[in-house]
Amino acid sequence: MSLLEVSGLTKRFGGLLAVGGLDLSLAEGEMLGLIGPNGAGKTTVFNLLSGFLRPDGGEIRFGGRNVVGLKPHEICRLGMARTFQIVRPFPRLSVLDNVKVAALARHPAMARALEAARAVVDRVGLGPRVTDLAGSLTLADRKRLELARALATEPSLLLLDEVMAGLNATEIDAMVRQVAAINQGGISVLLIEHNMRAVMSLSHRIIVLSFGEKISSGTPREVAADRRVIEAYLGEEYVHPPQA
Amino acid sequence: MKLLALLAVAVLVALPFVVGSYVVTVLIFIFFYAYLGQAWNIVGGYAGQLSAGHAAFVGIGGYAAALLSAHAGLSPWIGMWIGGALAALLGAVIGYLGFRFGLRGFYFVLLTVAFAEICRVVALNVDAVGGALGLYITFTGNPRQFQFQDNRAYYYVALVLMLASTALVRSIERHRFGAYLTAIRQDEGACEALGVDTLRVKMRAMILSSFLTGVGGTFYAFYLFSLQPNAVFGIPLSVEIIIRPIVGGAGTVMGPILGSFILSPLAEISRTYFAQGGWNGAHLIVYGLLLIAVVLFLPQGAYPALLRLARRRP
Repeated sequence: MSLLEVSGLTKRFGGLLAVGGLDLSLAEGEMLGLIGPNGAGKTTVFNLLSGFLRPDGGEIRFGGRNVVGLKPHEICRLGMARTFQIVRPFPRLSVLDNVKVAALARHPAMARALEAARAVVDRVGLGPRVTDLAGSLTLADRKRLELARALATEPSLLLLDEVMAGLNATEIDAMVRQVAAINQGGISVLLIEHNMRAVMSLSHRIIVLSFGEKISSGTPREVAADRRVIEAYLGEEYVHPPQA
Repeated sequence: MKLLALLAVAVLVALPFVVGSYVVTVLIFIFFYAYLGQAWNIVGGYAGQLSAGHAAFVGIGGYAAALLSAHAGLSPWIGMWIGGALAALLGAVIGYLGFRFGLRGFYFVLLTVAFAEICRVVALNVDAVGGALGLYITFTGNPRQFQFQDNRAYYYVALVLMLASTALVRSIERHRFGAYLTAIRQDEGACEALGVDTLRVKMRAMILSSFLTGVGGTFYAFYLFSLQPNAVFGIPLSVEIIIRPIVGGAGTVMGPILGSFILSPLAEISRTYFAQGGWNGAHLIVYGLLLIAVVLFLPQGAYPALLRLARRRP
């Protein structure tokens, strides 16, 4: 049975169709990539799934339950956690306190939440930064913190919104290993990513969005060879190179 | 730190037997405004929801206890809880309107001020609650009526209010509720994404804060023996409530107390000093300058700055 089942998902902003009738299904344990050019509607899909936006149409079933209309905190507690493309740490809290807020969702007692938070901080490699203020972290560490907070809510599905963006090659390699390990640990992942090398190596399947609609889906290899995808990213002339 | 706190409490308990009645009176106001500041601190400091109409809760609490005492013969010791409950009810209404419909920053400030002004105008115009003349409480000196012959009794009541509210806030800070409040102040959206029911948490903060402030209304009424709509529901009182925790450090346990110990004596000294020189009202200018200085140089308040100083010392 699929963990996440989306059908006919639609969202308009005024006259702009941001997401138009998107169908998507994600199996338990799967790592699904969601790619597409800028403005394709990827982040809007995340906002719809996580309850930050209300869809104009369509259905979202998570773990067999319709989650349309639920608030973000309710969806989080059902086990779907998201990160933000533009990271949103609590800048004046320490790394540990940031993660603690997330851990409290599952462990209401402070001592137990701190314990769980500490374990997650170590897991993402922020151990040496544990008492630092989140506002003083480098971008790479902020991305790790964003990931740590989402993990601390103990999700069954993780929505990752461009966790590689702005990282250098070494940092990307570390993050790719991190995300792969999380998935191997049993957490399903829906991944928005612009870094092609990362998304191609991580994803089991990929869905390509362009102007709010699914234009292709399949294994990374299939998608990369799809001419509609090349066209959406690079323009028509790259599909049929003009004769010199 | 714990020893220091115990020592400070011991000094405050012993003080009325050492100092004169004028100092006792000044200290009563320091404690009482620290208490009101601490109540405000929960929603305004920790949760970062800038209520600028907390005078409304003082007024509701004070009027409720005074009217129940005068017309129903109910002891203010019981009336203070009813006053607190009524204030909490108003707090819930204001909170729901503000939080449910996403009024933030200045809009929330305006909403809270508007409610306090409505209360003021109603109290001014309803003769059943004293109208423009206000309410006067006859002095009986009966402790059952929350009245004491000895000024020092008020001193200890105010001290207990301040210490109890501070202990409560300290406990909140160490539990999930407090962690959520601090996080909400920094990024509500991120909190929602992490499973925090922000509406519910903010409502709880507002209700608790307005309840405590309402309880304080009884002290106000039965210490000053009079309730004037313009004074008790007015913007100046709301400002007095807010300014202490902000100067001391909003969203810190000691902020309201520290702010009150800084501002109340300053107000007292400058008021006396300027009044002698015929410059009535000049103390408000001192207040204003101090507030500007705090915003410029200690934007997080005096307490965090003190902590930094203490840590730097070897």
